[in-house]
Amino acid sequence: MKYIDEFRDGNLAREIAAAIHREVQPGRRYNLMEFCGGHTHAISRHGIEDLLPASVRLIHGPGCPVCVLPVGRLQMAIDLALGDDVILCSYGDMLRVPAHKEDSLLKARSRGADVRMIYSVDDALALARRHPERPVVFFAIGFETTTPPTAVAILQAAREGLKNFSVFCNHVLTPAAMLSILESAVLQCGAVQLDGFVGPAHVSTVIGSRPYEFVASDYHHPVVIAGFEPLDVMQSILMLIRQLNAGRAEVENEFTRAVSRDGNLKAQRLSADVLTQRDSFEWRGLGALPFSALEIRDEFADFDAERRFAMEPRAIADHKACECADVLRGLKHPRDCKVFATACTPDNPLGSCMVSSEGACAAHYLYGRFREARRETAGAD
Amino acid sequence: MAARDHTRKLDFRHGRVELHHGGGGKAMAQLIEELFLPAFDNPWLRPLEDQARLQLAGGRMAMACDSHVVSPLFFPGGDIGSLSVHGTVNDVAMSGAQPLYLAAGFILEEGFPLAELRRIVESMARAAREAGVAVVTGDTKVVETGKADGVFITTTGVGMIPAGVEVGAAPRPGDKVLVSGPLGDHGVAILSVREGLSFETTIESDSAPLHELVAAMVAVVPTLRCLHDPTRGGLAATLNEITRRHGVGILLDETAIPIREPVRAACEFLGLDPLYSANEGKLVAICEAGQAGRLLAAMQGHPLGRQAAIVGEVVADSHGFVEMRTVFGGSRVVDWLSGEQLPRIC
Repeated sequence: MKYIDEFRDGNLAREIAAAIHREVQPGRRYNLMEFCGGHTHAISRHGIEDLLPASVRLIHGPGCPVCVLPVGRLQMAIDLALGDDVILCSYGDMLRVPAHKEDSLLKARSRGADVRMIYSVDDALALARRHPERPVVFFAIGFETTTPPTAVAILQAAREGLKNFSVFCNHVLTPAAMLSILESAVLQCGAVQLDGFVGPAHVSTVIGSRPYEFVASDYHHPVVIAGFEPLDVMQSILMLIRQLNAGRAEVENEFTRAVSRDGNLKAQRLSADVLTQRDSFEWRGLGALPFSALEIRDEFADFDAERRFAMEPRAIADHKACECADVLRGLKHPRDCKVFATACTPDNPLGSCMVSSEGACAAHYLYGRFREARRETAGAD
Repeated sequence: MAARDHTRKLDFRHGRVELHHGGGGKAMAQLIEELFLPAFDNPWLRPLEDQARLQLAGGRMAMACDSHVVSPLFFPGGDIGSLSVHGTVNDVAMSGAQPLYLAAGFILEEGFPLAELRRIVESMARAAREAGVAVVTGDTKVVETGKADGVFITTTGVGMIPAGVEVGAAPRPGDKVLVSGPLGDHGVAILSVREGLSFETTIESDSAPLHELVAAMVAVVPTLRCLHDPTRGGLAATLNEITRRHGVGILLDETAIPIREPVRAACEFLGLDPLYSANEGKLVAICEAGQAGRLLAAMQGHPLGRQAAIVGEVVADSHGFVEMRTVFGGSRVVDWLSGEQLPRIC
């Protein structure tokens, strides 16, 4: 397949793997966080860890939009879907995330809520046009990648006078999450080692590489922005190792075919026209982070579901046994969670990381857990 | 045919299904006589008894039942009518049997256009004729508007297993896994016409009756270890069922798995995995390693198996994992599908 196969070439992968093996310094460990769920997914799906030396450790970061949404926000969406004759439109992954008392949008649907799975916010607009008599709410989640389409949908609805359309806005900002990781106490006191970042792919097409420069300049960690194809990930790991070996800390761009330093200015402008920073927003695992999320500007208040339906904020603790918070901060590998693959599986998830295929736990469960099983079997022998 | 009074003929252009078409009265008899009987016509159905009376030779019979709720009713490469024949014919055929007879139950929604019903029934009749099976008995019910979605069809099929054919034994390490052709077509074809998800593709459903391919296969290897049609959940679900049931593992080679380019592209675009996409005209077979070459040749010699391939092998693994060596050179689990990739695919 054009534009795909070139980036999945097994021979090239082996060449890059050989270069990585050549360049890692004996006795040195390389702790690299891939920020995005897209990277986590690619790493698991293509078996990238099999190609890396043992001294290169990949830490799954918090860049899975489904995973970082706190349970309270999801519960607000469920409450909304259950009342007021609302059609709630959501991306598929969100439907199965467990909320309060293991409720979910899917379970709410079986109790009569009208919850529609959509692939794009355009589908929500189309539903709003088709059902002018019913309120249609788009459950907007995601990082900067999905933000511009939400903004455009609101502008479009305003232009068309689609009065029954609104957005439950949960868009979050990547640099704020990176800052939170870098500032986290565990990192500061050395409990967790983190040497560099595989930087976001699609997010960076929108915001550019400039917003990560503080990571290099203020925190002295290299960042290599990488595409979501497996060769991109391999190449970026090699680039990070070279930076670390040379004692450099720079923002480098492996994903030059799509990312520039300034990003997509038009998309940024459209988002800024409609959305504005929240003072603070709760993240699952990371807690309340200042200026880390977006809300709908006052000019578009009519399209803000939170205001329109006077949605009450809900604060709900994670399931007691769930260790998603630690997984999201890179403190724990999914296999270290007590309920991983026992009480918590993709069919019966306790935590959000087990739902989306971009979630660290689901990716590891779906694609990688045989490694532990093999290890245990080998140990037992 | 019995003498009839002068009721007006059914209006297959503008008419719609009404509740009395399932009521057991004159309207239902008319629907049967003007639609179902001429379409399916055969000596077992013709007496219009409450049952069909069949003369079977001695031996073992295979029987299978499948309900069809596909949405939309008409899709590239087929419709609910042809699918309801192929689905059950294939379930029967996976025992190595030659399918012979079908029973069909229709649940119709009040208000459904008779023109579309006729299209579906005629497509079903054509599929049955082409597959060499007879629809010998049936049933029709009508439910109120909103209580169904147009048409649901349940078919039950029976067939005879030829003497000496023995499909289904525990697979053993070293056995080979074969597929009969490119995977995922049906799922993507349905996806391409699903409301709110339309995209342009040339992919058609692979819906087809597989019993002749099976006959060619059991002719060379009468003791196939496993034979399954990977419908809902695709190849991944089928292989996981096998490994769980028999306590073995399977190791796949991603480079060997045939998948059409547009199917790969659509799945890539939508974030789906073609290994989980449904098939309605493909099969998965497991056989002893020594027989794999002959089996593959027999499959490739049949039009429905031309692109058949050996895609992996059975390995000893008490965990029952389906593992895959990726094109990229790593390895991964190919797990069960969790949740629904797409509801109402068949």
